[in-house]
Amino acid sequence: MIRRALLKAVAVPGYQVPFGSREMPLARGWGTGGIQVTAAIIGPADTLKVIDQGADDTTNAVSIRAFFAKVAEVATTTHTAEATIIQTRHRIPEAKLTEGQVLVYQVPIPEPLRFLEPRETETRKMHALEEYGLMHVKLYEDIARHGRIATTYAYPVKVEGRYVMDPSPTPKFDNPKMHMSEALQLFGAGREKRIYAVPPYTEVVSLDFEDQPFEIQHFEDPCALCGAEGVYLDEVILDDHGGHMFVCSDTDNCEDRRAHGHRGTLAGHALEAAE
Amino acid sequence: MYVAVKGGEAAILATHDLVAEARRGDAGVPEISVAQIREQQGLACARVMNEGSLYDADLAALALKQAQGDVIEAAFLMRAYRTTLPRFGSSEPVDTAQMAIRRRVSATYKDLPGGQVLGPTYDYTHRLFDFALMDEPRPASSPLGGEGWGEGRQNGEGLTETASLLSSDPAAPGHLLPHGEKESAPLDAHMPRVPDILGAEGLMEPEIAPEGDPRPFDLTREPVSFPADRDVRLQAMARGDEGFLLGLGYSVQRGFGGNHPFVGEIRVGEVSVEFIPEELGFAVDLGEITLTECQMVNQFAGSKDVPPQFTRGYGLAFGHSERKAMSMSLVDRALKAREFGEAAEYPAQQDEFVLYHSDNVEAAGFVEHLKLPHYVDFQGELELIRRIRREREARLAAEPETLPEAAE
Repeated sequence: MIRRALLKAVAVPGYQVPFGSREMPLARGWGTGGIQVTAAIIGPADTLKVIDQGADDTTNAVSIRAFFAKVAEVATTTHTAEATIIQTRHRIPEAKLTEGQVLVYQVPIPEPLRFLEPRETETRKMHALEEYGLMHVKLYEDIARHGRIATTYAYPVKVEGRYVMDPSPTPKFDNPKMHMSEALQLFGAGREKRIYAVPPYTEVVSLDFEDQPFEIQHFEDPCALCGAEGVYLDEVILDDHGGHMFVCSDTDNCEDRRAHGHRGTLAGHALEAAE
Repeated sequence: MYVAVKGGEAAILATHDLVAEARRGDAGVPEISVAQIREQQGLACARVMNEGSLYDADLAALALKQAQGDVIEAAFLMRAYRTTLPRFGSSEPVDTAQMAIRRRVSATYKDLPGGQVLGPTYDYTHRLFDFALMDEPRPASSPLGGEGWGEGRQNGEGLTETASLLSSDPAAPGHLLPHGEKESAPLDAHMPRVPDILGAEGLMEPEIAPEGDPRPFDLTREPVSFPADRDVRLQAMARGDEGFLLGLGYSVQRGFGGNHPFVGEIRVGEVSVEFIPEELGFAVDLGEITLTECQMVNQFAGSKDVPPQFTRGYGLAFGHSERKAMSMSLVDRALKAREFGEAAEYPAQQDEFVLYHSDNVEAAGFVEHLKLPHYVDFQGELELIRRIRREREARLAAEPETLPEAAE
């Protein structure tokens, strides 16, 4: 049933396919859509990686990885390059994904128009008629009010020139990675009972205006641990006087860089403290 | 200095240990048994069976024990288990007209065939603490604990059978009436449902099965689409949160909905569940379940095609669950707005609103997922707000101070 929904989703990129989402042993909103998609495609030969906020060691990622290690007896990894399936919440790994890899997104609200129009009957109609004016008005109003588009995550994209799609609450920083990705991208929304997909080598364009082009977040400082630039960073509070540092959100990428000898400004201290 | 947060796995194992400790509480107090919960917390078990969509009092009691009495968590355990069960078929429709009545009241008639049967109800108790219940357990039950109080009669016999208890032990400690008194009037075997009485006169909206009498929709297997048909709505409400439906039902009464309901009838009792195995071709009795059914009677002015008549709100729940069944029947009627050409202006009349938000397992999951880390998204917001503020300060600094326009 889920595989059939997945086939349909791949065949109609960006279209939300309703499916008979089952109860999972994890709570709704904690990745039940992603778990169902992963469970539907995983096989004994697969290697699974699970990340939450870019990190392999956040508690919910640990919990989901342990679940599949137990019930599917599959190999697990934290290394992006080794994984055949990567289940993610809120991030796309920094390392470029390659052909044969599948990225499974956990999606809370699959409908990009939901906060503009709460009724499902209406939003389905809007998608059917390709009626996305409301979304453009919203983005325009952002510019009128704030001088820029004030959407930083779950930034709407248009897939293959047809469906406007919610990329899940990944930061808009990750949107360009979806475009022409070599990997298959599957999206599961368990509570909302929707599956959608972006097949490999598909156009994914972030919505914008000619005079207000889409842009991603830029961080002024590199990662304090590995010195990486051009990656998404988490802010870590160091004290209660506003002291803070920025570190990689993608923990695997950060560890890999440090293993290869890259050092950020605070890496030495962190290593000392860890000993 | 900062060290990347590690050890999610150890933390999870530790929290499982802590939960087990918290669940057990003071080891000096005897552990509660599943049977005690099933027998003495029957109304909680009924709620867990309803919201967990599974009729099994033992599992409901286990779920409550495992969840430390958290009803939604217990319902979640039931749901997660239920979805793994094989389905060997569908039962025949249960016939509530043939219910072995334990309680049956109508607010629309003073008396009616079969009479009013008060049965076990808290309705006329004074809500004063019975401090005798604080004492150590005694062999005799409290004055409130008469027979048939808990959920699910064990012997499954008809109520008239209990009259035979008259000849047994006359002393029943803890009972308010002399032993046997409350069983002295055997109940009528025939208890017609009140809406059926109205229906015979043509005053009640008839309930006609859709053409071909198709199998009801199964929302646990298929995604719901809108507008949702009545089978879907009733199914969603049957597993919906009692508190949510209570609030919506209340909103209908208070004017956020145009209905003026009467309790046509509430009945509580046992019905047998029958199943026709394909290889046998005749019905086999699988046992009986306790149900609460509520039928609300509502006014309807009629339309150009339909003469004025009463309309129905229907509620059905596992176990003795009157509040749930009543709330459900109020909302069921409100959700018929579209069928009757009424304006659906209020939340209780809108199927998307009611169906999407009544499932407490889904709602709790999504509300509580806010506990999960969101720092990636929050970082995006932080960056944006800092940038907008920086730009604003730069703009203010650049602009020469001007007096407000006179046109202000």
